[in-house]
Amino acid sequence: MIRLNGEDCDVSPGETVAAVLARLELSPEARGVAVAVDGEVVPRAEWRSFALAEHARVEVLTAMQGG
Amino acid sequence: MMRGMHEAIGTASKELTIAGRTLRSRLLLGTGGFPSLAIMAEAIAASGSELVTVALRRVDPASRGSLIDVLAEAGVELLPNTAGCFTARDAVLTARLAREAFQTDWIKLEVIGDEDTLLPDAPELLRAAEQLVDEGFVVLPYTTDDPVLARRLVDVGCAAVMPLGSPIGSGMGIRNPYNLTLIREAVDVPLVLDAGVGTASDAALAMELGCDAVMAASAISRAEDPVRMAHAMRAAVEAGHLARGAGRIPRRTYATASTPEQGLPDFG
Repeated sequence: MIRLNGEDCDVSPGETVAAVLARLELSPEARGVAVAVDGEVVPRAEWRSFALAEHARVEVLTAMQGG
Repeated sequence: MMRGMHEAIGTASKELTIAGRTLRSRLLLGTGGFPSLAIMAEAIAASGSELVTVALRRVDPASRGSLIDVLAEAGVELLPNTAGCFTARDAVLTARLAREAFQTDWIKLEVIGDEDTLLPDAPELLRAAEQLVDEGFVVLPYTTDDPVLARRLVDVGCAAVMPLGSPIGSGMGIRNPYNLTLIREAVDVPLVLDAGVGTASDAALAMELGCDAVMAASAISRAEDPVRMAHAMRAAVEAGHLARGAGRIPRRTYATASTPEQGLPDFG
């Protein structure tokens, strides 16, 4: 289990950031997307290899109107 | 002759350079509050703006918006912001994520200290600015209209300062023009009025006081006719900038006749 954008999400140990993005219908090439895991940026180049630990807090962000 | 002069004014004073990037428009746009992406795109075109700010928020699978595509289509540069951050830590992380998402080192830094007024938190803002400059960001901080804080932000390496005229979205205009004048004297980086603009005359006044640019968001997006207001802001920023360059007459208590007394007839 991890926290994905503030909600519980079933993820098997060892699943990657890219696999979680796929659940949001986002490809690793998606424009204007950034990922933080436990308060640290995960660079796009590491999305396919970065394995998520149990209880990881994953934030997937994109551009929104505002500011 | 007159035509040549007009062109000289146009080229000599029109362009704005921030951290080595040249902008033809001195109007920066916020994207929040537009009734639709289509109206936003139309307003951007009417404004002539080349630099448009966007926030970062969680991906919402339900509403796959095409904000990025619309802005790319409009041909504008993105200026990501840290709207909604209340601590230096959150703002720094948001800036890093923005760099990752949009491949830009530019960040409009907002660190808010109070939910009701959305006024900046000065110590957190300065801390975040220093950190981000260290990490190679081009930092454009949203700040209070405090000349001392503005100078401190420049001292830590900010590429511009963006003081408020009045609270975000308040439409109250420039509450303390005297402070803006002092900031203009205190810093030699680009000065951008960032909040409080309600209508075109506020934008013109900002430029007349010596601002290099104006950022408008709600004033345009929440106007009854955003596209028309975008056009008005564009004209106001240009008018204010030209007036600043032209040098206004001093204010006087009493009238000064513009017509010579010599040759005045005597009607008995």
